[in-house]
Amino acid sequence: MKLTLKVWRQDNVNDPGRFETYEATDVKDEMSFLEMLDAVNENLIESGHEPIVFDSDCREGICGTCGLMINGQAHGPQKGTTTCQLHMRKFHDGETVTIEPFRAAAFPVIKDLMVDRSAFDAIVQSGGFITADTGGARDANEILIPKPAADASMDAAGCIGCGACVAACPNGAGQLFTSAKLAHLGLLPQGQAERWKRTEDMVETMEMFFGSCTNYGECQEACPKEIPIDFIAMMNRDYLKSKLKNRKLSGQKY
Amino acid sequence: MSTITLDSKVPSGPIQDRWDNHKFDMKLVNPANKRKFTVLVVGTGLAGAAAAATLAELGYQVKCFTFHDSPRRAHSIAAQGGINGAKNYKNDGDSIYRLFYDTVKGGDFRARESNVYRLSQVSVNIIDQCVAQGVPFAREYGGLLDNRSFGGAQVSRTFYARGQTGQQLLLGAYQALMQQVALGRVELHTKTELLEVVKKDGVAVGIVTRNVTTGEVQSWSGHATLLATGGYGNAFYLSTNAMNSNVTAAWRAHKQGALFANACYTQIHPTCIPASDDTQSKLTLMSESLRNDGRIWVPKKFDDNRPADEIPEEDRDYYLERKYPSYGNLAPRDIASRAAKVVVDEGRGVGPLKNGVYLDFGESIDRLGKETVFERYGNLFDMYERITDEDPMKVPMRIYPASHYTMGGLWVDYNLMTTVPGLYALGEANFSDHGANRLGASALMQGLADGYFVAPYTVGDYLAGLLGQGTVSTEDPVFKAAEQTVNDASHRWLSIGGTKSPEYYHRELGKLVWDYCGMARDQNGLEKALSEIPALREEFEKNVRVLGNPEGVNQSLEKVGRIADFFDLGELMCRDALMREESCGGHFRVEHQTEDGEALRDDEDFSFVGAWEWNGAGTAQTLHKEPLVFENVKPTQRSYK
Ligand SMILES: Cc1cc2nc3c(=O)[nH]c(=O)nc-3n(C[C@H](O)[C@H](O)[C@H](O)COP(=O)(O)OP(=O)(O)OC[C@H]3O[C@@H](n4cnc5c(N)ncnc54)[C@H](O)[C@@H]3O)c2cc1C
Ligand code: SF4
Ligand code: FES
Repeated sequence: MKLTLKVWRQDNVNDPGRFETYEATDVKDEMSFLEMLDAVNENLIESGHEPIVFDSDCREGICGTCGLMINGQAHGPQKGTTTCQLHMRKFHDGETVTIEPFRAAAFPVIKDLMVDRSAFDAIVQSGGFITADTGGARDANEILIPKPAADASMDAAGCIGCGACVAACPNGAGQLFTSAKLAHLGLLPQGQAERWKRTEDMVETMEMFFGSCTNYGECQEACPKEIPIDFIAMMNRDYLKSKLKNRKLSGQKY
Repeated sequence: MSTITLDSKVPSGPIQDRWDNHKFDMKLVNPANKRKFTVLVVGTGLAGAAAAATLAELGYQVKCFTFHDSPRRAHSIAAQGGINGAKNYKNDGDSIYRLFYDTVKGGDFRARESNVYRLSQVSVNIIDQCVAQGVPFAREYGGLLDNRSFGGAQVSRTFYARGQTGQQLLLGAYQALMQQVALGRVELHTKTELLEVVKKDGVAVGIVTRNVTTGEVQSWSGHATLLATGGYGNAFYLSTNAMNSNVTAAWRAHKQGALFANACYTQIHPTCIPASDDTQSKLTLMSESLRNDGRIWVPKKFDDNRPADEIPEEDRDYYLERKYPSYGNLAPRDIASRAAKVVVDEGRGVGPLKNGVYLDFGESIDRLGKETVFERYGNLFDMYERITDEDPMKVPMRIYPASHYTMGGLWVDYNLMTTVPGLYALGEANFSDHGANRLGASALMQGLADGYFVAPYTVGDYLAGLLGQGTVSTEDPVFKAAEQTVNDASHRWLSIGGTKSPEYYHRELGKLVWDYCGMARDQNGLEKALSEIPALREEFEKNVRVLGNPEGVNQSLEKVGRIADFFDLGELMCRDALMREESCGGHFRVEHQTEDGEALRDDEDFSFVGAWEWNGAGTAQTLHKEPLVFENVKPTQRSYK
């Protein structure tokens, strides 16, 4: 099949950017979306034009590196699927496809379709861990974890940090990502000691970078790992409690 | 001629005491002095993130580098199946000794016994460490950890987190690392790619990097440098490795004098989705666990074009069950892969390109019911369907072997130090522990063993000897010269102005390496490759087209340098395979097989590690041999019949 691509090109963060139109010919059903772009890029290079910059690595839907707005949808039309796992059979001959970066105030464009998502790392750095220096751990089976708790924690831990939730959100909020990390650690017995401090620190760091959540629910729709917004409700509850708990833990009376 | 002698520095004494004795014998650095030392850690996969976090916890100043935009994106994230640990939680007779024994045997007696024993010992600590960090391993209803058997092992010692074990282990290590970043003990440099290893007076003193966002070339100096930069499976172009995995860091170290060992030991995984056409960029692994319930077959007749469901039982060849009645569909990876190649080469392959074999769940569905089968493998079936548009519940899956893991890598001694003092290699980047074939679920174990439990001790022993010495200034001529090399290379690539993309040459190179140095190798083919690769390389250097400039983001420029290193490496893989006149593990020389087509080792002449020394571009490397001694596990012919 043949497609017309309208692709966002932007030289750097200060460049206002523009759409450019390219023809993708010989597109086959079996190609992935990124393989289609690879082919377009090879043609661009061989005809002396700079290739389109986009990010990807594992191409298996697990590293979270890829991410494009395809026809206005984060990761494109297929539910529960990252851009790299989307295949061209979901498109039809003659279609025009608009391709943009994951736009958000917290994700400045680096070049073309590549954005800077380091704000996610800043959130994790502020508390997204369980302190357990190497060497001091007790036997793994001394900590009993009921299967349902382990499973729920794993549901949250499946987040790949791609940023689709932010890109899809009209407010550019980082709630789904942050709440997934908090739930992963907060649902485990090992995560209890730091739970309240972690919640307060991560939520407040998130607020420094991201917009606020007004419950649109677009994040959950866009999330390739189908992380549910229930985790956001959990986070909000924990955040309220954390204010009190942290004061109490630090010895303050209230 | 060089004067290198390979000293493995393996401690003496009974094998079970060696690591403990060695730890006791190593010099310590007192806490106040630790912060006087700077350690550079390159790579943030399991090995690098674990090492950087642990060294920082101990009090060293750590600078950590990755070309990814976040440490969490390292290729380790993609590992699915699980991680081994000799916990014997299942009471099924597992032990440190058994894991050691299985690994030495699985590696086809081409690994160093002492390293493997240590790996098995620390495997139990790894599981404890990961659980303490909050890795959500699968649990039983009683709350204890669950295990499964994996990759043909006869005990259940594999810990797993759904089909995302690598992801969860890496997130654990990444989080520990980010905590150290927050505490100011690790300086993290993302989007920063190592392009040169810098030596002064024969000792590693630092690195030169290029920032892949800004293009800035910069020097970093440290008392020790650790490379945890992953494997080189992408030498084949098509592999299950992430798109950006490459050999550049290891290769630039090799050019500075670090020997590169066992380059021809590569692992081809039997269950990947076959390529659909030549625009394909990478191959996808389908978990090995599918072989527990799927039966592998091809039509008996050549060019049988009937759809699978119209081929009656009597016209099907369940070739693994036929050749290996006791292991059947669960034969080890190397054996299952070669058997698939044999039937496809005969012209009995299936699928539109006749480049696969069937993995059929029909019988399991009849026996267990649709629901049970879907419950076990549903997520894999969904992934398969997303890629192929076929539903394995209805039509048999098509699979074919693909490059997956590389056992070879930088030669290291027992302390994980390369032949360049002060330069270490960890994880898949080194050659140690797996011999000629790696067992399933053992790479994650090795990466974390090296990072959490081995390097933090052995690096300290080296640093203790440097007390009172500062780092070399990055203004020193050795750094300036290395920066110049990097800048010159960029300008050279950008000025060629040829006609073909870098990708084109990677694909062509990959085809050569796969055809002549893939699942089966012979003298003719290898010699052919050794003449064709340099010829292709010459064309590449004249005709590649890299646009843009060295400042700012330039993905073609990043790629072209990596491909140049793959050219060198591809040659070395062939040279190593040609030298090794025997078959062992993942290295199958057609000339050396038993009557029924199995790998035939030659312990008399080839029980050694082949470590190659760089002699400059265009000159063949020199071979150095580290003899392998087996005091505990007697080499036998592997048999899975
Ligand atoms: C699909 C798949 C499934 C697998 N499943 C399993 C499994 O179930 N069990 C198992 O045990 N093993 C498995 N493996 C193997 C295992 O995942 C890898 O061997 C292991 O994760 C490698 O870890 P590492 O830390 O050595 O390197 P990697 O995780 O590859 O990390 C390399 C790091 O180095 C950085 N880097 C590289 N070069 C440079 C440079 N020049 N400059 C700066 N940074 C650089 C990268 O950015 C990255 O951070 C699997 C592999 C694949 C491909
Ligand atoms: S919550 Fe979902 S969409 Fe957001 S970063 Fe995680 S995986 Fe991506
Ligand atoms: S490239 Fe890794 S998730 Fe898409």
